[in-house]
Formats: sequence, structure tokens, C-alpha cells
Amino acid sequence: MASQVDALYIYLLLVAGVMTAVIFLGIMVLAIKYRRARHPNAEQIEGSTALEIIWSIIPLFVMMTFFIWGAVIYFQERTPPADSTEVYVVAKQWMWKIEHMEGQREINELHVPTGQNIKLIMTSQDVIHSFFVPAFRIKQDVLPGRYTTFWFKATKPGHYHLFCAEYCGTQHSGMGGDIVVMEPQDYAQWMAGGTSAPLQDTGKQLFSALGCATCHRFDVQGRGPNLTGIYNKPVLLEDGRTVIADENYVRESILNPTAKIVNGFKPVMPAFQGIVSEEQLNALVAYVKSLSQPPTGTAGLQSQPATSPAEPQKMQVQ
Amino acid sequence: MQDSQATTSQATVQVTTAEHEAHNPALVHQFADAEQQKNAASLGMWLFLVTEIMFFGGMFCAYLIYRLKYFNAFAAGSQSLAIKWGAINTAVLIVSSVTVVLAIYAIRFGRKKLTVAFLVVTVLLGFVFLGIKSIEYTDKFREHHVPGANFHFTENFDDNGKQIPVNPNEVQLFFSLYFAMTGMHALHMIIGISLMSTLAVLTWRGHYSAEYYTPLENAGLYWHLVDIIWIYLFPLLYLISRHT
Amino acid sequence: MASIGIPANQAPKLNYLNNGHSLKSWLLTTDHKRIALLYLISVTVFFFLGGFFAMLIRLELLTPQGDLMQADTYNKVFTMHGMIMVFFFLIPVVPAVLGNFLVPLMIGAKDLAFPRINLLSWYLYITGGMIFLHCMLTGGVDTGWTFYTPFSTDYTNTKIVEAGLAIFLAGFSSIFTGLNFIVTIHRMRAPGLTWDRLPLFIWANYATSLVMILGTPVIAITIVLVAVERLFHLGIFDPRLGGDPLLFQHLFWFYSHPAVYIMILPSMGVISELIACFARKRVFGYKFVALSSVAIAVFGFLVWAHHMFVAGISLYAAMIFSFLSFSVGVPSAVKVFNWTATLYKGSISYATPMLYAFGFIGLFTIGGLTGLMLATIGIDVHVTDTYFVVAHFHYVMVGGVLMGYLGGLHFWWPKMTGRMYPEAWAKLSALLVFVGFNLTFFPQFILGYVGMPRRYWQYPPEFQALNVLSTAGASILAVGYLLPMIYFVWSLRYGAIADANPWAAAGLEWKTTSPPPTFNFDETPVVTWEAYNYDEIPHKERRAPVAG
Repeated sequence: MASQVDALYIYLLLVAGVMTAVIFLGIMVLAIKYRRARHPNAEQIEGSTALEIIWSIIPLFVMMTFFIWGAVIYFQERTPPADSTEVYVVAKQWMWKIEHMEGQREINELHVPTGQNIKLIMTSQDVIHSFFVPAFRIKQDVLPGRYTTFWFKATKPGHYHLFCAEYCGTQHSGMGGDIVVMEPQDYAQWMAGGTSAPLQDTGKQLFSALGCATCHRFDVQGRGPNLTGIYNKPVLLEDGRTVIADENYVRESILNPTAKIVNGFKPVMPAFQGIVSEEQLNALVAYVKSLSQPPTGTAGLQSQPATSPAEPQKMQVQ
Repeated sequence: MQDSQATTSQATVQVTTAEHEAHNPALVHQFADAEQQKNAASLGMWLFLVTEIMFFGGMFCAYLIYRLKYFNAFAAGSQSLAIKWGAINTAVLIVSSVTVVLAIYAIRFGRKKLTVAFLVVTVLLGFVFLGIKSIEYTDKFREHHVPGANFHFTENFDDNGKQIPVNPNEVQLFFSLYFAMTGMHALHMIIGISLMSTLAVLTWRGHYSAEYYTPLENAGLYWHLVDIIWIYLFPLLYLISRHT
Repeated sequence: MASIGIPANQAPKLNYLNNGHSLKSWLLTTDHKRIALLYLISVTVFFFLGGFFAMLIRLELLTPQGDLMQADTYNKVFTMHGMIMVFFFLIPVVPAVLGNFLVPLMIGAKDLAFPRINLLSWYLYITGGMIFLHCMLTGGVDTGWTFYTPFSTDYTNTKIVEAGLAIFLAGFSSIFTGLNFIVTIHRMRAPGLTWDRLPLFIWANYATSLVMILGTPVIAITIVLVAVERLFHLGIFDPRLGGDPLLFQHLFWFYSHPAVYIMILPSMGVISELIACFARKRVFGYKFVALSSVAIAVFGFLVWAHHMFVAGISLYAAMIFSFLSFSVGVPSAVKVFNWTATLYKGSISYATPMLYAFGFIGLFTIGGLTGLMLATIGIDVHVTDTYFVVAHFHYVMVGGVLMGYLGGLHFWWPKMTGRMYPEAWAKLSALLVFVGFNLTFFPQFILGYVGMPRRYWQYPPEFQALNVLSTAGASILAVGYLLPMIYFVWSLRYGAIADANPWAAAGLEWKTTSPPPTFNFDETPVVTWEAYNYDEIPHKERRAPVAG
């Protein structure tokens, strides 16, 4: 993906360079050729409709090429592949807290294996931040109150800058870190060194501890909907709308259940706003998602090739 | 457009207004004639009204977006407003716009006293509006529906008999916008009342006549706009989703 | 061609400058020309204040560590720089200084439609400015000029409400100026001055005024909502209470994008006047240039969310706004081509205003093209919130707006003051500005693409070389700006006395004395000629100063 961005950029630079040269040279040549000493009498020229049309249409066409190429890249950037490994990110003033599905926790560092599609599911605990990795040529704002996502596939091992790119207060410029890309075997070793429980197991514990299981039963119809298999499927609400049960829906349903009541159920679920932390929310969301996965063992470390690789470019800046 | 009537010698630059005064004492120097001045003043007032619409528009936009997002909570908030007072206020403002029109009508015939009378009635109706608004605000304060630390909302959204509980935070958002919008509107009412009072006094003192009443017309336009804004506010805040 | 009958090089003793010397005659003036000078002094003060903060930024960024000031101070410094430059310099400068002075003169009127509202505009600006200065001296604001929520409503401890009030007042100053211009241009043109005979500077100010009156109220209400949220802890933008921080961004950018067209359009109007005069011919494609001003104003309202491509808006919304953003590029390109084409078969001289015009066209081209790069979403995702954006907007605002303003100020200086500025010093300053500007801001394009985010007090060491280049350029730029301060003031006493039309330019403003009398014209002109009738105006062999 990064190389595609660079290719587009070079194309834009070329067009811009040509246009700039045309204008600069045009002005210089005309200003010298028609200087007053050489050309004392100006010729009054009204204009030329034909020229106006030409130099409106041609730039418009050129701009459309910019738009289309840019939109294609953007569409790919905003469409994470289905087999992506998910990593949860919680941003706060002034650090990045990262949670792998396997339970591994990191601060200001994100370890990833090469050749793996990684999808970040991000939220902020306080103000708006922005997750920016120049080497991957991509960034995404991280908002309080909802999830935003960002995906990439690293191909070259190394350390790459992570910056916060949305002004967030005193230590905005100190909120940096590293993306650490490792070969798969090194990554597996690193991962094995961790001791935390997988994220969805933490979520399962919370599901019990917070009393969710009392109403959201899996054996009989409880007071709340059965959550098996609901992730990313359409849900009919009691006011007639149909929504997709994505991460933001699950999150909202925990924090503010009365916003969307499922058809056929009563609005009796208590709101957990202020009761669960962002990390706990991530665990619960991961657990609910796991109820929709076929039981093939741990999530993550799938090695299906993706369609569009994102190669980090090493930036050589002197 | 007519040529300027000013003819001066090169030595002096102070343009005398004697010629203008013969036409109209209210003509100011930058305009060639009274008609140009009146047209300019009208256009200026209309443009100002457009800016007021853009100003309120931002709040209307925020309200509409949240109404769509938090339908039930906003409907519950609407239901807790006193429709009786809102309806009376709407009638009060419509009548006050009629009295403004009548005042302009009167001055066009030079009926100074009648004009002042209508302006005074307009001002009184304006005070009635503000009085009713203060009754409503006081009620909201007593019911703990004013956003802030003491906000407390326990009603449900009554959907044709079905009681749907709502998130109090979302209802607080409704009331934040309710107070912001009606508060801004009330501020504009106060400005309108001040304008009309001042013009009533000036009319009484003989500043306006059948030949020149442009400030009255333009202030009337302002009053009508403030009225129209209320006519949008009332259904949007009080009436929508009242009975689904 | 109607003549007003003033001898070419004799100014009457009484003009708008000496018609009353008391402080009251200045502070309570309703003469648009005096109000323009009041603005000139005030915007210049704010410009140098904003420039002082810029200098602090560039000094801090000489080294990767934050060693000149604390992080919080730096955050306040760049916020002050941005707010002062945007709200108290760039938005008012060309309309309130050059526009106020010239609009009535150019259309043959005695004053604007509402002179007292014009004075009110200045007082609103000054009051807003004083409140802002007070805010700055008692702690300042650290949100960035964009004061995004929830940081500005719930997290910062700085004086948001006070700064908001200052900007609110400055906004109404802007609204009233725009309102005044629209009514004046519609209703007070001299007999015979039809729309297609208007100078392009008038068209530009007209289009600008449309944007001012339609857009500014939206930032006004946004500021009110932010203030109310801060003061009463409402939840309009706070996610914890159900609010939406993105709603703030939409409301904010709905004004702040058209705002940049408020800044550039009048400056483009100046360029049209300068090119026509110093090529001695009418602007190529007059109708297209005039209509492109209006087109930019209209399309400018449709593109605001291109500031929000990575903010969390939907994929499809982003694509639509990207597409629309290119539409604004077309009329801007049309102008650049028409100005360049005007040079063809002209008779070109290189007085300082023309040098600024050349600089404008070149730098605006670069700024505009990089704007197209930003409209390309695939690129924007990488470079937004980096120094690439900073470079882009400085190219259009400083390389564009400011150079147009300086060109115009030099061009109309003799008309405003009756004195000529020293040409050699002016040319030197123009050169310093051009060189210094490019050295300051071109490296920032590169800095942005290699990943340096904006609003950074400290940065990784590999970015230092480009930052040093940028600061070096800034020091040259500063000299280029200080010199005119000095020689303009010098010229008031020692400059050559100018006659009514030292540039042999077309335009009604040149048909009255330099400086003009208080009521502009002794007789209202009747216009029977097209704009830029340079075939009928013989140019001077050389500028002929009159010894005084």
C-alpha cells in the first residue's frame, strides 16, 4: 500500500512540476519578451472562449485522474481483509495502550509479524488522538466514544516510527512509539513470553462477573438476545431499523443499551457507561465476537495471503 | 440612477446638504437620492437577516442530527414541554407580527399616533412572550430539567401508550439544545423589543413620516424574522413525535 | 472619457488626511478612507505580533529537543500564532484595508452604503483584538487555532471562552464589512458603471463578501456552543454524555474552509489590477476571471470535510468531498492562466507591485497544486496533520494573500498617502520576501511527507536539517517584512510627492487626487468606458515625481 501511495505521489509531483514549470517559464518568457523597452505598445486582447474551455476541461480531466487513483487507494485502505488479525488500541493522554488478542499488552509499542494483515481497533479514553505510521503512509484519528479502524500488512522487519498526529495537549509530541515488525518465528517467540490471558477469555470472565450471563443466555431464551453468531450480522430493532452488529454496535449496546433495542425485547438492560473501562470494553467486545467464530483454536496468526500488501518504506532522511 | 446633485468648486470639498435637505432631511450624503438610500437600507437589512438564519442554522443542524440519533430520548424531552405555553406564545408572536405590519401601514398614511399605538402593542406582546418563556423556564428548573449538576429526568417516552425508558444523558442533550435555541431566540426578542421601543419613542417625537419610515420597515423585517424562527422552533421542539 | 477636471499634478490643500486633525476626528470618523487607515495600523500590529510568535516557533524547532520553552508554552505559542494570523490578520486585511479604501472610489461613490456600520466594524475588531490580547497576557489558549473538542471543552485549562468571545466579535466585524460591500456594490455604482465594466477587484470583494456573510455566522454559533458547553458542562460535543466531537468539526470547518477563500479572493482581485496596469492591457478573459471569483465562493462552501478525511467520517462521504474539492481547483487555475495570458503582447514594466504579482502567481500555483494533492484522499491520509499541510497553507496564505496585499499596498500607497515609497528598497524587500519565503516553507513539504507531524514541540533528530533550513529562511523573510515597515513610514515624510495617477493606471480611483478629498470626487463620474481601457491611457515614460 505504501508503495502505491508513493507512486501516486510521484505522479502528482510530476504533474505539479510540469504545471509549475509551465507557469514560471511562461511568466518569465512573456515578461522578458514583452518588456516595455522592447514592446512599448500593448495590444488589447479581449480573451478567447476556446482557450478558456480548453484550460478548464483539460485540468478537470487531469484532476479526475488524481481523484480516481486516490479514491482507489483509499477504498483499499478503508477495507480491512476479512482474515485480519485484530489488535485493540486505547489511546490516552499521552500514551498508546495496545492489547493483542492473545492477551499480550504493550505500551507505545506494537509488535507484529511480517506477512500478516493486522487490523487495529482503536478508541480513546479522553481526547482525539491520531495513530500515524509514516512508513506505512497511513493514519487514522482515534476518537473517544467509538471505535475507528486501521489496517496494514508489514513486509520488512524493523522499527518504524509511531506518532500521534492529532494535537492532544501538553505531551502531544511525546506520544510516540515504535511499530516493531518481526519475522513470524521471532514474533511467535516474543508472543510466547507473555503471561496474560487471551483477550476474549478476559471478556468471558467479565461477562460472568458483570452479570451479563443472567439475561444473555445461550441455553434458553433469556431477557436479552442470545449473542451467539450475532457479530457482523444484521439486527432488526424494535423501531423498524436494521443495523449491522459491528464493534461500535456491541460497544454502544453495553454502554447505552436503550439507544438500540432489539425487536421483541424489552428495554431493561442497565447501562454500563462509567462502570467498565476501555480495556474491559475491548475484552467484552472481543468475547462477543468470538461467539461468532468457528471454533478453530486461537484467533490470530492466520497465514492467508492478502490481496494488497502494505510495504513499509524505510525513510532515509539525513 | 440619477446624477448627484452636488456641485462644488474645486477649492472646497465639503459638500453642502442644502440641496438634499430640500428633498429630505433624512438623506445622508453618500446617497444620491432618497430612493437609493431606502433601497440600500432594505438590501442591508435583508442581508443581515440572512446572516441571522445562518447563525441559527448551526443550532438547528445540531438539533436535527441529534434528534435523528436519539429519537426516543428527544421525543421524551419534547413530551415534557408544556405545549399549552408554546402554542400561546406562537399565537402571541403571530399577532405581534400583525401589529408590526399595521404600524407600518399606519405610518404610510402619516398616522403617527396610530403607528405608536401599534408599536406599543407589539412591545407589550413581546413582553408577554418573554413572560411566558420565563414561566416555562421556571417550571423546567423546578422539574430538574435544566442541564447541569441538578439534572434529573425520570419520565419515559410515551409511544402511544407504550412506555419506553430513555437515557437521561440523551435527554439532557435535548434540553441543552432546547435552552440554547430558545435562549438565543429570547435574546433576539429582547433586541427586537428594544428596537421597537426606541422606534416608538422616535415616531412619537416626529422623526418618521409618510415620506420616510425606512427604519420602521427594516425593524419590522427583523421582528418578522425572529417570529419566523420561533415558528420553526415550536414544532421542532414541542410538537414532533408528540403523538406517534 | 469623462474628465473630472483636476489638473494632473496638483493636490488641493484639503484632503481626507488633513480634513480634521483631532483624535476625535479620527476615532469617530465615518470616512471609509480613514477607517481603512485605522485598520491598516491595527492589522499591522497584529501581523507583527503573530510574526513574533512565528519566530518563537521557528527558534524552538531549530533543535529536536524542546529546549527553548516548555511544551505547554510552545502549545500556546503556536495557538496564538494561528489565531492571530487567521482571525486578526488574514481575514480582515485585504477587505478592511484595501477594500474599505478602494471600493467606493473604484465605483465612483462618496462612501460606503453604511459608514457608521463601517466604523462599528472597526470597533468590533479592536474590541475583539483587545480581549484577545488580554486573554493572551493572562495565560492564553493552547488548543491550536482549530480548538477541537473534547480537548477544548473538557480538558484544557486555558481561557477558551475569552478567546472565543474575541473571535466572535472579530467575526461580526467581518460580517458587517461584507454586508456593507454588497449593498454598496449593488446600489451605489456611478452612472454607466455596469457590472461588466467593474474592476476585477470589485468582483473579488463582492464574492468575498458573499462568503463573509454566509459563513461567518456559523463559526459564531459554534463558538457560542463551545463556550456554553464549557461553562455549563453540557454534552453537545462530549461523547460521555452522548455528544459527538465530529459535529464540532463539521460546524467548525463549514466556516473555516470558506474562510480561506475570504482570505485569497480579495488578494486575487489585487493581482488582476496589478497585472492589467503593469502590462498596460485589460485582463485576458475578463468575464471568466470575474465569474471564477463567484464560482470559488460558491464551490468553497461544498468542500469542508476534506479537512476530516481521517477524522472518522464515512468512506463515501470522504469520496464525495474529495471529488468536490477538485471543483474548486478549476476556477483558480482559470485565473492563473488568464493572468499569464494577459502578459502576452503586453508592455510590461517591473515596478515593485508587479514583482509581487509575479511572486503571487508562482507561489499560489505551487500552493494550489499541493492543495490538489491534499484533495487526493490516498495522499491526504499520509500527509494530513503533518508539515505538508502547514507548507501548503502557508504557500497560499503567505505566498498568496500576503504577497497580494503587499503588492496592493505598494500600488495604492501613493493614492492613500500622496507619497511614493522608495522603489529600490521596495524591490529589495520583495526579493527578500520571495527567497526567504521559499526557503522557509519548501523544506516543510518534504518534512511532512517523511512524516513530521504538526504542532510538535520536539521531534526525532532525523528531521533537524530541514527544520534548520526552514528557520534560516524565516530569518530572511522577517527582514523582508521589516523593511517595508521602515520605508513606508519614512516615505510619509520624505517620499516623493505623488500626483493623481503616478502609474497611469485605469480605474476611477486614479481620477481623483492623491490623497483623495473626503468625499472622493468633486463630481460624480459618469462612466462610458470599459474596465482597463489602457488603449486610451498613455503610459508615463518614467514616473515623474513632483518636487514638494
